Amino acid sequence: MKSAEEIFEILKIEFSDSILELDKDTPTESIISVDPLQIHQISKFLRENPGLQFDSLMCLSGVDDANGNKIKNADGDDVFENGTMSVYYNLHSIPLKHKITLKVTTPRTNPKIESVESIWKCANWHEREAFDLLGIYFLNHPDLRRILMPYDWDEFTTEVSRYPLRKDYKNPEFYQGMKVPY
Amino acid sequence: MYEYFYELTGNTILSTLIVAIFPLLNVLIVALIGVYLERKVSARIQDRIGPNRTGPFGLFQTIADFVKMLQKEDATAKDIDSKLYNIAPVLVFTGSFAVYAAIPFSSKLIGSEVEVGLFYVIAISSLVVGGILMAGWASNNKYSLLGAMRSAAQIISYEIPTAIIVLSIVMITGTLSLDKISNMQTAYFWNWNILGGAEFGLTKFLLIPFMIVGFIIIFISTLAEVNRTPFDIPEAESELVAGYFTEYCGMKWAMFMLSEYGNMFAVSAIVSILFFGGYHSPIGYLGNSLGIEWLIPFEQAFWFLAKGWTFILIQIWLRWTLPRLRVDQLMSLCWKYLIPYAFVNLIVIGIILLL
Amino acid sequence: MTIKTEQMVLNMGPQHPSTHGVLRLELEIEGELVKKVTPHLGYLHRCFEKHAEAMQYNQVVPYTDRLDYLAAIGNNFGYALAVEKLLGIEVPERVEYIRVIMAELQRIASHLVAIGSNGADIGALTPFLYLFRDREYILNIIEETCGARMLYNYIWIGGLSHDIHPDFIRKTKEFCNYFKPTIVELDNLLSYNKIFIERTANIGVLPVDTAINFGASGPTLRGSGIKFDLRKDDPYSIYDRFNFEIPTGKGLMGTIGDCWDRYYVRIREMEQSLKIIEQAIDNIPNGDVQSAIPKRIKPPKGTVYKRIENPRGELGYFIISDGTVNPFRVKVRAPSFVNLEVLGELCKGYLVADVIAILGSIDIVLGEVDR
Repeated sequence: MKSAEEIFEILKIEFSDSILELDKDTPTESIISVDPLQIHQISKFLRENPGLQFDSLMCLSGVDDANGNKIKNADGDDVFENGTMSVYYNLHSIPLKHKITLKVTTPRTNPKIESVESIWKCANWHEREAFDLLGIYFLNHPDLRRILMPYDWDEFTTEVSRYPLRKDYKNPEFYQGMKVPY
Repeated sequence: MYEYFYELTGNTILSTLIVAIFPLLNVLIVALIGVYLERKVSARIQDRIGPNRTGPFGLFQTIADFVKMLQKEDATAKDIDSKLYNIAPVLVFTGSFAVYAAIPFSSKLIGSEVEVGLFYVIAISSLVVGGILMAGWASNNKYSLLGAMRSAAQIISYEIPTAIIVLSIVMITGTLSLDKISNMQTAYFWNWNILGGAEFGLTKFLLIPFMIVGFIIIFISTLAEVNRTPFDIPEAESELVAGYFTEYCGMKWAMFMLSEYGNMFAVSAIVSILFFGGYHSPIGYLGNSLGIEWLIPFEQAFWFLAKGWTFILIQIWLRWTLPRLRVDQLMSLCWKYLIPYAFVNLIVIGIILLL
Repeated sequence: MTIKTEQMVLNMGPQHPSTHGVLRLELEIEGELVKKVTPHLGYLHRCFEKHAEAMQYNQVVPYTDRLDYLAAIGNNFGYALAVEKLLGIEVPERVEYIRVIMAELQRIASHLVAIGSNGADIGALTPFLYLFRDREYILNIIEETCGARMLYNYIWIGGLSHDIHPDFIRKTKEFCNYFKPTIVELDNLLSYNKIFIERTANIGVLPVDTAINFGASGPTLRGSGIKFDLRKDDPYSIYDRFNFEIPTGKGLMGTIGDCWDRYYVRIREMEQSLKIIEQAIDNIPNGDVQSAIPKRIKPPKGTVYKRIENPRGELGYFIISDGTVNPFRVKVRAPSFVNLEVLGELCKGYLVADVIAILGSIDIVLGEVDR
């Protein structure tokens, strides 16, 4: 069983460049921020290192950080500019019983993160969900389709109404000829 | 029967029609009461009440359902093969209804006293398979097709153990006529075939265990032939929705339903004729002891119906108790267990009869 | 001459008797042999997470009911614990005890549906109705206290919506006495039924490392033979005070991790839940169940991931607070959502009829798969 600080130290030695910081300010959990394009490598290390053995991915959550400047786009809708998107990975080790939260942050426009599907299979649907609801692209994901929203949602929507969990989301006017806001 | 009405009317077609009414009425009544019983018995088994609003004790529920069925629109899906689609329920119903022509309800109430009654029954009931395959193919529905394929495989497979057991009965009785088989088991219940037949002697006692095995095999295979649980795989509702009649509605669906209950009674009747004395009373006749000659056929009909309904009740009881087998397990039960046992049974019975 | 062949694709659902809701499965089959299963979700998507962002923290509780509608208390419980952790508040002893008893009653009710519908999928309709009769008993007990039968809105942040009904303790004890023989009856009727064993043993075998890798949890994970229960391994509330065991799959009828094991783990879990209830029911301290409910719920900035053992597995709430009265982000780690993912792996090479048995043994609730 290791605390977040110890795990952070281990990671810092192994991946000096891509481990960004340890955020201990939040009252409940310590979060290690890492590089979005190194997450696969780091996850592989976390899972296979005998002292860490993070064999289970409890949760993977995409988050729209809603930072950046709020501007009006051509249609007069409020959108965020220069913001970021984050993905949180809650890991747990069944044999060693320790937990850690990883965080990756990526720019809001064209967000790209490495997929961890090949390490924890359960990331498959979680990543699809994050892609579906927030529009985060996961590189090397074998089957990046929408999962909860209809497969043809893109055809009926504009930029601002494509990913519903973004903070600047706006309902589309029509979907399949049906009026959406009622 | 037929001869009697022929003398009365002097017209072959008319007398045939009149004779055919009795089994038709029987099928309708069996379906009406059968569905009602199925509901009530299953409700009792499952700690429920069952239908109780339409008429006293919900007695008219099935009639109300039947009327509803008559009124329904004959809705059909797109892209069906309409000729086959329309003929399938008729064929299935014909198959199960035609069986009744040879079944003796009592010594006086027989549609046709054919000498090869058993042979006829086995042959004509195979029409059902054709109807089911047609229904499954014509519906243009994958669930129907899967159900029909399962059903055809199942019915054809289970006809083999049935036929082998029937063969062993034929070896003992030496006749194919259902009426004669019934008559050989007259008087008291110890003359029934399941207890070794009417002929007293060593053979009778040697036969008893093999007859019981034969009865169990034929009962299991008839359950499978009429698609009842645990063999209701063709219409397994939790997998295939309703199997081969998924796409049917209204009266066409009702015909499948009718034939299912008709079949249930038919196989029960065959089993009771082969093993349980057919229409003969197990305890002697009231008409004989009172000296009233005309009472006997009515008593016989009563005993026949009582035996048939007993088996239907057992079928219902099994249906609401057991889970369902899988299609490959069903096949292996038939080919790996029932058929070999039936064969051994047949050979042993043959040896005993040679003694 | 060549004959054109084509893979048969059987579309199971969204309207199908045994997909437990509106799940659509695309089965690629050869004859009856399943080659590939592709689940399609989203027919019941109700935007819970988006809704939650527009609500205040306490207003989200009724929405959590609708996730796993067969175990609504558990959903309330997990959400309340997560927000309480963010707020850093302690709840009174009485509340803890009542929460645990309610959650365990709910676990039994939920397992009854799971076991019953697993049996019904295989064709045993009668046990299904017996189990619903017993479930009714539990629903009546809970209804007396909080006025609802399925969607309770009972566990609030910092407390409970109502104190228990005066009859609650007596009726719960009565239920415990009534229910013990029923488990024996169920075992005799279904668990050891030859046909049921034939249908479920050695079917859909889930090896333990696959289960962990796919993130399976709850009875689906324990059926594979690993002793992992959040009530013991990551104790929350007051579960560490009770003495109970974690039943695991032992491969009694076939291989470890088959459908029968998953089914059997649920039955044995109901016994353990009874054990917890019996230990807790006599020790409920006095107190006010609403004393710790904050007047204004405004947690500090921060993130929290709190997970509890719901009947279907690990239910996690990932909440980000930005210091306002509305949650910034609520992500639900729904056990059914994750467990369902393993279906494609389990069904390969089995028959169409087995897909039903496997799906029933995973026990999904579409309300939380689609959220």
